[in-house]
Amino acid sequence: MMRVAVVRFPGSNCEPEACRAVERAGGEAFYVWHRDTSLAGADAVILPGGFSYGDYLRSGAIARMSPIMDAIRAHAAAGAPVLGICNGFQILCEAGLLPGALARNAGLKYLSRPVDVRVERTETPFTSDYRPGEVIRLPVGHGEGRFVAPEALLDQLEAEGRVVLRYSDSAGTDVPANPNGSARAIAAVCNAAGNVVGMMPHPERLAERVLGSDAGHRVFSSLTTYMISEPHGA
Amino acid sequence: MTWRVHVRILPRAGLLDPQGQAVEHALSALHFPEASNVHVGKAIALDVAAASAAEAEAKVRTMCDRLLANPVTEDYEIAVESGART
Repeated sequence: MMRVAVVRFPGSNCEPEACRAVERAGGEAFYVWHRDTSLAGADAVILPGGFSYGDYLRSGAIARMSPIMDAIRAHAAAGAPVLGICNGFQILCEAGLLPGALARNAGLKYLSRPVDVRVERTETPFTSDYRPGEVIRLPVGHGEGRFVAPEALLDQLEAEGRVVLRYSDSAGTDVPANPNGSARAIAAVCNAAGNVVGMMPHPERLAERVLGSDAGHRVFSSLTTYMISEPHGA
Repeated sequence: MTWRVHVRILPRAGLLDPQGQAVEHALSALHFPEASNVHVGKAIALDVAAASAAEAEAKVRTMCDRLLANPVTEDYEIAVESGART
C-alpha cells in the first residue's frame, strides 16, 4: 500500500484533511514532524497549507530551514513524488525545489473562495487522473499567492510544459479569472522532472461528495495510480 | 568588533507592489499629490561581529542571499553604521 508522509510545521493546517484524502484514495497516511529528519520510508510526501512560523519574514522562509527539509530534498532528488499545497508550495519555492516565488495578492486581500483552474499538465503524479484541459473548481485560501518569476523563466516553464494548473473561468478562459494576479495565471507548477508539484488551491478541502464536490479527490487518486504504475519507495 | 547593520528590503523594481500602490492612493486621498513611486518593504537591523565594516557588509550580503531577501521578489540595500560598537 502507498505510504504518504504529511509534514506538520508549527502553524500547518488541513493536515488531517490531507491524510483523509490520501486514505480515501487507498493509501496510508501518517504525520511527520518538521523537526524529524526521516520520512520513515514514505513513498510520497505532502507539505500541507497553513502559516508555518507565522509567515515570519516571508511565507515559507523559515519553514524551509526545518530539519525535515533535507529528507524532503533527498526524496525529491530521487524522483519520488512531493506535493506542496498553498503554504507547502511557498515552502518548496523558498527551498529552491520549485521555481519562482509567491508574492502578496495583487488585490491585497486574503482570498478565501472557490476558484476554477484548468489542468494544463496531466503528466505528474498528482494530476494524471484528470483530463488535459479539464476545468475544476477548488478552494483557495491565501494572502500571498501571486506567482512571480522572471520573464525568461516563465517562458521556460511554458516551453517545458511545467505549468500544471492555470486559473480560469468555468469555460476555461484564463484572462478575466486570475484571482491574485499570478504571472500567466499560474496556479501550480512542477519541477523539471515533474515529480515535485506545488499548487495554491487546496484539493484536500474538497475531496469527497458529502462536501458538495470531490473535485480534489483525483489529486490523491492520481498518486495511487502513479505508485501502482511506477513503484518508488525506500 | 561588532557593527550595527541595517538592511532595507523593497519589492523588486518593476514588480507589481500592491501595498505601495495602496499607500500611494491613500497619500493622494490625504492631498499629498507630490508623493509618487511609493513602495513598502521591510527593515532588518542586526549586530554583526566582524573585523571590519566591509567584512560585516559582506557577511550580511550572504545572509540576504540565503535568507533575509528573496531574489525573485525583492531587492535589498545594506548600510553599516560608521564606527564599531565595541
